[in-house]
Amino acid sequence: MTARLLDVGLVLVVLGMAAWIIVARQTVAAVMGFVAYGLLLSLVWLRLGAPDVALTEVAIGGGLSGVLMLGAAGRLRGVWQPPSEPGFPRRAVAAALSAVVVVGLVVSLLSLPDPPPTLALAAAANADATTIGNPVTNVLMAFRAMDTMLEKVVLLLALIGAWSLAPDRFWGGRPGQCHRADPNGPLAFLARVLTPVGIVVGFYVLWVSAEYPGGAFQGGTLLAAMWLLVMMAGLTDAPPTGRRWVRLILIAGPAVFLLVGLGGMLLGDAFLAYPVAWAKPLILAIELAMIVTVAVTLGLLMAGVPERSARE
Amino acid sequence: MTTAVLFGCCAAITVGIGLYGVAVHAHPLRIILSFNVASSGLFLLFGAIARRGAGAGFGGDPVPQALIITGLVVAFAATALAVVLLLRLAEASGAATLEDDPPDGGSV
Repeated sequence: MTARLLDVGLVLVVLGMAAWIIVARQTVAAVMGFVAYGLLLSLVWLRLGAPDVALTEVAIGGGLSGVLMLGAAGRLRGVWQPPSEPGFPRRAVAAALSAVVVVGLVVSLLSLPDPPPTLALAAAANADATTIGNPVTNVLMAFRAMDTMLEKVVLLLALIGAWSLAPDRFWGGRPGQCHRADPNGPLAFLARVLTPVGIVVGFYVLWVSAEYPGGAFQGGTLLAAMWLLVMMAGLTDAPPTGRRWVRLILIAGPAVFLLVGLGGMLLGDAFLAYPVAWAKPLILAIELAMIVTVAVTLGLLMAGVPERSARE
Repeated sequence: MTTAVLFGCCAAITVGIGLYGVAVHAHPLRIILSFNVASSGLFLLFGAIARRGAGAGFGGDPVPQALIITGLVVAFAATALAVVLLLRLAEASGAATLEDDPPDGGSV
Protein backbone atom coordinates (compact mmCIF):
# COMPACT_ATOMS: atom_id res chain seq x y z
CA MET A 1 0.00 0.00 0.00
CA THR A 2 2.79 2.42 0.93
CA ALA A 3 4.64 1.48 -2.25
CA ARG A 4 1.49 2.19 -4.29
CA LEU A 5 1.08 5.61 -2.64
CA LEU A 6 4.74 6.42 -3.39
CA ASP A 7 4.23 5.34 -7.02
CA VAL A 8 1.21 7.61 -7.39
CA GLY A 9 3.18 10.46 -5.79
CA LEU A 10 6.07 9.85 -8.21
CA VAL A 11 3.67 9.91 -11.19
CA LEU A 12 2.19 13.22 -10.02
CA VAL A 13 5.64 14.82 -9.60
CA VAL A 14 6.77 13.55 -13.02
CA LEU A 15 3.63 14.92 -14.71
CA GLY A 16 3.97 18.23 -12.86
CA MET A 17 7.59 18.57 -13.97
CA ALA A 18 6.70 17.69 -17.58
CA ALA A 19 4.01 20.39 -17.52
CA TRP A 20 6.50 22.88 -16.03
CA ILE A 21 8.95 22.28 -18.92
CA ILE A 22 6.18 23.31 -21.34
CA VAL A 23 4.61 26.26 -19.47
CA ALA A 24 7.68 27.89 -17.86
CA ARG A 25 8.07 31.43 -19.17
CA GLN A 26 11.88 31.47 -19.12
CA THR A 27 13.75 29.05 -21.38
CA VAL A 28 16.47 28.55 -18.75
CA ALA A 29 13.82 27.64 -16.15
CA ALA A 30 12.36 25.11 -18.58
CA VAL A 31 15.80 23.54 -19.11
CA MET A 32 16.35 23.33 -15.33
CA GLY A 33 12.99 21.57 -15.14
CA PHE A 34 14.15 19.16 -17.85
CA VAL A 35 17.23 18.16 -15.78
CA ALA A 36 15.04 17.49 -12.71
CA TYR A 37 12.59 15.62 -14.95
CA GLY A 38 15.39 13.32 -16.20
CA LEU A 39 16.39 12.48 -12.62
CA LEU A 40 12.74 11.76 -11.66
CA LEU A 41 12.33 9.54 -14.74
CA SER A 42 15.25 7.41 -13.59
CA LEU A 43 13.27 6.68 -10.39
CA VAL A 44 10.35 5.57 -12.58
CA TRP A 45 12.72 3.25 -14.51
CA LEU A 46 13.81 1.69 -11.21
CA ARG A 47 10.15 1.11 -10.30
CA LEU A 48 9.64 -0.51 -13.72
CA GLY A 49 12.44 -3.01 -12.95
CA ALA A 50 14.87 -1.47 -15.46
CA PRO A 51 18.01 -0.29 -13.56
CA ASP A 52 20.11 -0.29 -16.76
CA VAL A 53 17.69 2.13 -18.40
CA ALA A 54 17.65 4.22 -15.18
CA LEU A 55 21.45 4.64 -15.42
CA THR A 56 21.20 5.68 -19.08
CA GLU A 57 18.38 8.12 -18.28
CA VAL A 58 20.44 9.79 -15.52
CA ALA A 59 23.44 10.04 -17.85
CA ILE A 60 21.49 11.43 -20.82
CA GLY A 61 18.27 13.04 -19.54
CA GLY A 62 19.67 14.47 -16.32
CA GLY A 63 23.23 15.05 -17.50
CA LEU A 64 24.22 15.47 -21.14
CA SER A 65 20.95 16.87 -22.53
CA GLY A 66 20.68 19.31 -19.61
CA VAL A 67 24.22 20.63 -20.07
CA LEU A 68 23.73 20.82 -23.84
CA MET A 69 20.49 22.85 -23.61
CA LEU A 70 21.71 25.07 -20.76
CA GLY A 71 24.74 25.92 -22.88
CA ALA A 72 22.48 26.60 -25.88
CA ALA A 73 20.12 28.82 -23.83
CA GLY A 74 23.15 30.77 -22.64
CA ARG A 75 24.55 31.23 -26.15
CA LEU A 76 21.16 32.37 -27.50
CA ARG A 77 21.21 35.35 -25.12
CA GLY A 78 21.62 38.47 -27.22
CA VAL A 79 20.00 37.13 -30.40
CA TRP A 80 16.39 37.74 -31.36
CA GLN A 81 14.11 35.10 -29.83
CA PRO A 82 10.44 34.58 -30.64
CA PRO A 83 8.01 35.31 -27.80
CA SER A 84 6.37 32.25 -26.24
CA GLU A 85 2.78 33.46 -26.06
CA PRO A 86 0.55 31.52 -28.46
CA GLY A 87 -3.05 32.66 -28.86
CA PHE A 88 -5.97 30.93 -27.20
CA PRO A 89 -7.37 29.17 -30.32
CA ARG A 90 -4.00 27.59 -31.07
CA ARG A 91 -3.62 26.40 -27.48
CA ALA A 92 -7.15 24.96 -27.39
CA VAL A 93 -6.70 23.02 -30.64
CA ALA A 94 -3.27 21.73 -29.54
CA ALA A 95 -4.69 20.63 -26.17
CA ALA A 96 -7.64 18.85 -27.80
CA LEU A 97 -5.45 16.99 -30.31
CA SER A 98 -2.95 16.02 -27.60
CA ALA A 99 -5.81 14.70 -25.44
CA VAL A 100 -6.94 12.50 -28.35
CA VAL A 101 -3.42 11.02 -28.57
CA VAL A 102 -3.37 10.40 -24.80
CA VAL A 103 -6.74 8.63 -24.87
CA GLY A 104 -5.62 6.52 -27.84
CA LEU A 105 -2.43 5.46 -26.05
CA VAL A 106 -4.26 4.61 -22.80
CA VAL A 107 -6.89 2.57 -24.68
CA SER A 108 -4.22 0.62 -26.55
CA LEU A 109 -2.29 0.10 -23.28
CA LEU A 110 -5.40 -1.35 -21.60
CA SER A 111 -6.21 -3.61 -24.55
CA LEU A 112 -2.80 -5.32 -24.71
CA PRO A 113 -2.93 -9.15 -24.88
CA ASP A 114 -2.94 -11.13 -21.65
CA PRO A 115 -0.75 -13.05 -20.84
CA PRO A 116 1.83 -10.60 -22.28
CA PRO A 117 4.31 -11.89 -24.85
CA THR A 118 7.84 -11.90 -23.46
CA LEU A 119 11.36 -12.80 -24.52
CA ALA A 120 12.61 -12.92 -20.90
CA LEU A 121 12.53 -16.74 -20.87
CA ALA A 122 14.47 -16.96 -24.13
CA ALA A 123 17.05 -14.45 -22.82
CA ALA A 124 17.47 -16.50 -19.63
CA ALA A 125 17.72 -19.80 -21.53
CA ASN A 126 20.53 -18.52 -23.78
CA ALA A 127 22.54 -16.69 -21.09
CA ASP A 128 24.98 -19.64 -20.88
CA ALA A 129 26.19 -18.96 -24.42
CA THR A 130 28.00 -15.79 -23.33
CA THR A 131 28.47 -16.48 -19.56
CA ILE A 132 27.18 -12.93 -18.94
CA GLY A 133 24.65 -12.65 -16.10
CA ASN A 134 23.07 -9.26 -16.87
CA PRO A 135 20.31 -9.98 -19.42
CA VAL A 136 20.26 -6.41 -20.79
CA THR A 137 24.02 -6.53 -21.51
CA ASN A 138 23.44 -9.90 -23.17
CA VAL A 139 20.78 -8.43 -25.45
CA LEU A 140 22.85 -5.30 -26.22
CA MET A 141 26.16 -7.04 -26.88
CA ALA A 142 25.13 -10.48 -28.19
CA PHE A 143 21.48 -11.14 -29.07
CA ARG A 144 20.88 -7.78 -30.76
CA ALA A 145 24.46 -6.59 -31.20
CA MET A 146 23.60 -5.13 -34.63
CA ASP A 147 21.43 -2.45 -32.95
CA THR A 148 24.24 -1.45 -30.63
CA MET A 149 26.76 -1.24 -33.47
CA LEU A 150 24.47 0.94 -35.58
CA GLU A 151 23.72 3.13 -32.54
CA LYS A 152 27.42 3.97 -32.32
CA VAL A 153 27.42 4.80 -36.04
CA VAL A 154 24.47 7.16 -35.45
CA LEU A 155 26.43 8.95 -32.70
CA LEU A 156 29.32 9.34 -35.13
CA LEU A 157 26.97 10.67 -37.84
CA ALA A 158 25.62 13.27 -35.41
CA LEU A 159 29.19 14.42 -34.72
CA ILE A 160 29.98 14.60 -38.45
CA GLY A 161 26.77 16.60 -38.88
CA ALA A 162 27.87 19.05 -36.17
CA TRP A 163 31.36 19.42 -37.64
CA SER A 164 30.01 19.99 -41.14
CA LEU A 165 28.36 23.19 -39.87
CA ALA A 166 31.78 24.75 -39.26
CA PRO A 167 32.73 27.76 -41.40
CA ASP A 168 35.27 26.72 -44.06
CA ARG A 169 38.19 28.51 -42.43
CA PHE A 170 37.71 26.59 -39.16
CA TRP A 171 37.36 23.11 -40.72
CA GLY A 172 39.51 20.75 -38.66
CA GLY A 173 39.89 23.42 -35.96
CA ARG A 174 39.11 23.34 -32.27
CA PRO A 175 35.42 23.08 -31.26
CA GLY A 176 33.65 25.60 -29.04
CA GLN A 177 35.10 28.58 -27.28
CA CYS A 178 38.24 28.56 -25.18
CA HIS A 179 37.46 28.22 -21.46
CA ARG A 180 39.56 30.44 -19.26
CA ALA A 181 39.23 29.79 -15.54
CA ASP A 182 41.29 30.62 -12.47
CA PRO A 183 43.91 27.81 -12.24
CA ASN A 184 43.65 28.00 -8.45
CA GLY A 185 39.85 28.42 -8.37
CA PRO A 186 37.23 25.99 -7.07
CA LEU A 187 36.38 24.62 -10.55
CA ALA A 188 40.00 23.70 -11.26
CA PHE A 189 40.23 22.11 -7.79
CA LEU A 190 37.06 20.09 -8.43
CA ALA A 191 38.37 18.98 -11.83
CA ARG A 192 41.66 17.80 -10.28
CA VAL A 193 40.03 15.90 -7.41
CA LEU A 194 36.94 14.47 -9.08
CA THR A 195 38.37 13.41 -12.45
CA PRO A 196 40.53 10.45 -11.26
CA VAL A 197 37.59 9.12 -9.22
CA GLY A 198 35.20 9.61 -12.14
CA ILE A 199 37.49 7.73 -14.54
CA VAL A 200 37.70 4.76 -12.16
CA VAL A 201 33.91 4.76 -11.66
CA GLY A 202 33.38 4.98 -15.45
CA PHE A 203 35.43 1.83 -16.12
CA TYR A 204 33.84 0.15 -13.08
CA VAL A 205 30.36 0.74 -14.54
CA LEU A 206 31.55 -1.01 -17.72
CA TRP A 207 33.22 -3.90 -15.88
CA VAL A 208 30.28 -4.76 -13.60
CA SER A 209 27.80 -4.65 -16.49
CA ALA A 210 28.56 -8.34 -17.10
CA GLU A 211 26.61 -9.22 -13.95
CA TYR A 212 24.98 -6.01 -12.66
CA PRO A 213 23.37 -2.87 -14.15
CA GLY A 214 25.85 -0.78 -16.14
CA GLY A 215 27.36 -0.75 -19.58
CA ALA A 216 29.82 0.74 -22.03
CA PHE A 217 27.59 3.70 -22.92
CA GLN A 218 26.86 4.63 -19.30
CA GLY A 219 30.56 4.34 -18.41
CA GLY A 220 31.56 6.29 -21.52
CA THR A 221 29.17 9.10 -20.55
CA LEU A 222 30.90 9.37 -17.16
CA LEU A 223 34.31 9.56 -18.86
CA ALA A 224 32.99 12.23 -21.25
CA ALA A 225 31.63 14.22 -18.27
CA MET A 226 35.07 14.12 -16.62
CA TRP A 227 36.73 15.30 -19.85
CA LEU A 228 34.21 18.14 -20.16
CA LEU A 229 34.87 19.14 -16.53
CA VAL A 230 38.61 19.33 -17.16
CA MET A 231 37.99 21.38 -20.34
CA MET A 232 35.58 23.77 -18.58
CA ALA A 233 38.07 24.27 -15.77
CA GLY A 234 40.57 25.44 -18.39
CA LEU A 235 43.08 22.69 -17.48
CA THR A 236 43.07 21.39 -21.04
CA ASP A 237 41.66 22.50 -24.39
CA ALA A 238 39.47 20.59 -26.83
CA PRO A 239 41.71 18.95 -29.46
CA PRO A 240 41.59 20.16 -33.08
CA THR A 241 39.01 18.00 -34.85
CA GLY A 242 41.39 17.38 -37.74
CA ARG A 243 43.98 15.48 -35.67
CA ARG A 244 44.57 11.90 -36.77
CA TRP A 245 44.45 10.43 -33.23
CA VAL A 246 41.04 12.05 -32.67
CA ARG A 247 39.65 10.52 -35.85
CA LEU A 248 41.16 7.09 -35.08
CA ILE A 249 39.60 7.00 -31.59
CA LEU A 250 36.26 8.10 -33.04
CA ILE A 251 36.10 5.10 -35.38
CA ALA A 252 37.80 2.59 -33.02
CA GLY A 253 34.55 1.37 -31.37
CA PRO A 254 32.50 0.72 -34.53
CA ALA A 255 35.65 -0.63 -36.30
CA VAL A 256 36.38 -3.26 -33.62
CA PHE A 257 32.67 -4.14 -33.59
CA LEU A 258 32.68 -4.58 -37.39
CA LEU A 259 35.90 -6.64 -37.38
CA VAL A 260 34.53 -9.00 -34.74
CA GLY A 261 31.28 -9.21 -36.69
CA LEU A 262 33.07 -10.07 -39.95
CA GLY A 263 35.20 -12.58 -38.04
CA GLY A 264 31.99 -14.30 -36.97
CA MET A 265 31.10 -14.61 -40.66
CA LEU A 266 34.50 -16.11 -41.57
CA LEU A 267 34.36 -18.64 -38.73
CA GLY A 268 31.14 -20.01 -40.16
CA ASP A 269 28.08 -18.94 -38.23
CA ALA A 270 26.87 -15.46 -39.12
CA PHE A 271 27.68 -11.77 -38.98
CA LEU A 272 28.28 -10.83 -35.31
CA ALA A 273 28.09 -14.47 -34.16
CA TYR A 274 30.73 -15.01 -31.46
CA PRO A 275 32.42 -18.45 -31.09
CA VAL A 276 31.02 -19.68 -27.75
CA ALA A 277 34.40 -20.22 -26.08
CA TRP A 278 35.48 -16.67 -27.02
CA ALA A 279 32.22 -14.82 -26.43
CA LYS A 280 33.14 -13.13 -23.14
CA PRO A 281 36.64 -11.88 -24.14
CA LEU A 282 35.37 -10.69 -27.54
CA ILE A 283 32.48 -8.78 -25.94
CA LEU A 284 34.89 -7.24 -23.44
CA ALA A 285 37.23 -6.16 -26.27
CA ILE A 286 34.32 -4.50 -28.11
CA GLU A 287 33.14 -2.78 -24.93
CA LEU A 288 36.61 -1.43 -24.08
CA ALA A 289 37.00 0.03 -27.58
CA MET A 290 33.46 1.39 -27.38
CA ILE A 291 33.79 3.11 -23.99
CA VAL A 292 36.75 5.17 -25.28
CA THR A 293 34.99 5.99 -28.55
CA VAL A 294 31.75 6.92 -26.74
CA ALA A 295 33.63 9.16 -24.30
CA VAL A 296 35.48 11.07 -27.06
CA THR A 297 32.42 11.25 -29.36
CA LEU A 298 30.17 12.63 -26.60
CA GLY A 299 32.85 15.02 -25.36
CA LEU A 300 33.37 16.48 -28.84
CA LEU A 301 29.61 16.54 -29.56
CA MET A 302 29.09 18.58 -26.38
CA ALA A 303 32.04 20.85 -27.23
CA GLY A 304 30.21 21.78 -30.45
CA VAL A 305 31.03 23.15 -33.88
CA PRO A 306 34.68 23.99 -34.68
CA GLU A 307 34.96 27.76 -34.14
CA ARG A 308 38.70 28.32 -33.86
CA SER A 309 41.67 27.41 -36.02
CA ALA A 310 43.82 24.45 -34.94
CA ARG A 311 46.73 26.73 -33.91
CA GLU A 312 44.72 28.91 -31.57
CA MET B 1 -4.21 -1.13 -11.19
CA THR B 2 -0.78 -2.70 -11.72
CA THR B 3 2.54 -0.82 -11.69
CA ALA B 4 2.76 -1.23 -15.47
CA VAL B 5 -0.68 0.30 -16.06
CA LEU B 6 -0.07 3.16 -13.59
CA PHE B 7 3.24 4.22 -15.19
CA GLY B 8 1.86 3.43 -18.66
CA CYS B 9 -0.92 6.00 -18.13
CA CYS B 10 1.71 8.45 -16.81
CA ALA B 11 3.70 7.84 -20.01
CA ALA B 12 0.65 8.43 -22.23
CA ILE B 13 -0.10 11.77 -20.52
CA THR B 14 3.59 12.75 -20.84
CA VAL B 15 3.41 12.13 -24.60
CA GLY B 16 0.35 14.42 -24.73
CA ILE B 17 2.09 17.16 -22.72
CA GLY B 18 5.11 17.00 -25.04
CA LEU B 19 3.01 17.12 -28.22
CA TYR B 20 1.10 20.12 -26.83
CA GLY B 21 4.43 21.88 -26.26
CA VAL B 22 5.61 21.12 -29.81
CA ALA B 23 2.38 22.62 -31.17
CA VAL B 24 2.22 25.84 -29.12
CA HIS B 25 5.84 26.95 -28.87
CA ALA B 26 7.51 29.20 -31.45
CA HIS B 27 10.96 29.14 -29.83
CA PRO B 28 13.08 26.37 -31.48
CA LEU B 29 14.83 25.39 -28.22
CA ARG B 30 11.43 25.03 -26.51
CA ILE B 31 10.25 22.84 -29.39
CA ILE B 32 13.33 20.62 -28.99
CA LEU B 33 12.63 20.40 -25.23
CA SER B 34 8.95 19.56 -25.84
CA PHE B 35 9.92 16.92 -28.39
CA ASN B 36 12.22 15.34 -25.80
CA VAL B 37 9.35 15.26 -23.27
CA ALA B 38 7.13 13.50 -25.82
CA SER B 39 9.86 10.99 -26.73
CA SER B 40 10.59 10.26 -23.05
CA GLY B 41 6.88 9.45 -22.67
CA LEU B 42 7.07 7.01 -25.58
CA PHE B 43 10.13 5.29 -24.08
CA LEU B 44 8.30 5.09 -20.76
CA LEU B 45 5.28 3.51 -22.44
CA PHE B 46 7.57 0.91 -24.01
CA GLY B 47 9.14 0.37 -20.56
CA ALA B 48 5.73 -0.17 -18.96
CA ILE B 49 4.95 -2.77 -21.64
CA ALA B 50 8.37 -4.39 -20.98
CA ARG B 51 7.42 -4.52 -17.29
CA ARG B 52 4.37 -6.63 -18.17
CA GLY B 53 6.76 -9.18 -19.71
CA ALA B 54 8.64 -9.74 -16.44
CA GLY B 55 9.73 -13.35 -16.09
CA ALA B 56 12.61 -15.77 -15.49
CA GLY B 57 13.59 -13.74 -12.43
CA PHE B 58 14.03 -10.48 -14.40
CA GLY B 59 12.15 -7.29 -13.40
CA GLY B 60 11.04 -6.79 -17.01
CA ASP B 61 11.51 -8.17 -20.51
CA PRO B 62 15.23 -7.42 -21.20
CA VAL B 63 14.83 -7.14 -25.00
CA PRO B 64 12.62 -4.01 -24.98
CA GLN B 65 14.77 -2.59 -22.17
CA ALA B 66 17.88 -2.90 -24.37
CA LEU B 67 15.96 -1.36 -27.30
CA ILE B 68 15.01 1.58 -25.03
CA ILE B 69 18.67 2.16 -24.11
CA THR B 70 19.59 2.20 -27.81
CA GLY B 71 16.64 4.52 -28.47
CA LEU B 72 17.71 6.95 -25.73
CA VAL B 73 21.19 7.20 -27.24
CA VAL B 74 19.85 7.79 -30.76
CA ALA B 75 17.37 10.39 -29.44
CA PHE B 76 20.25 12.19 -27.72
CA ALA B 77 22.29 12.19 -30.94
CA ALA B 78 19.35 13.75 -32.79
CA THR B 79 18.84 16.33 -30.03
CA ALA B 80 22.51 17.30 -30.07
CA LEU B 81 22.41 17.74 -33.86
CA ALA B 82 19.23 19.85 -33.60
CA VAL B 83 20.83 22.09 -30.95
CA VAL B 84 24.02 22.74 -32.95
CA LEU B 85 21.91 23.46 -36.06
CA LEU B 86 19.90 26.01 -34.04
CA LEU B 87 23.04 27.66 -32.62
CA ARG B 88 24.59 27.89 -36.10
CA LEU B 89 21.36 29.36 -37.48
CA ALA B 90 21.25 31.95 -34.69
CA GLU B 91 24.88 32.83 -35.32
CA ALA B 92 24.41 33.17 -39.07
CA SER B 93 21.08 35.05 -39.04
CA GLY B 94 21.16 36.77 -35.64
CA ALA B 95 17.73 35.38 -34.76
CA ALA B 96 16.71 32.11 -33.09
CA THR B 97 13.66 31.50 -35.24
CA LEU B 98 12.58 29.38 -38.17
CA GLU B 99 10.61 32.28 -39.71
CA ASP B 100 12.16 33.83 -42.82
CA ASP B 101 11.51 37.36 -41.64
CA PRO B 102 11.49 37.70 -37.84
CA PRO B 103 8.65 40.04 -36.88
CA ASP B 104 8.95 42.58 -34.08
CA GLY B 105 7.91 41.81 -30.55
CA GLY B 106 10.55 39.26 -29.56
CA SER B 107 12.91 39.66 -26.66
CA VAL B 108 16.60 40.32 -27.19
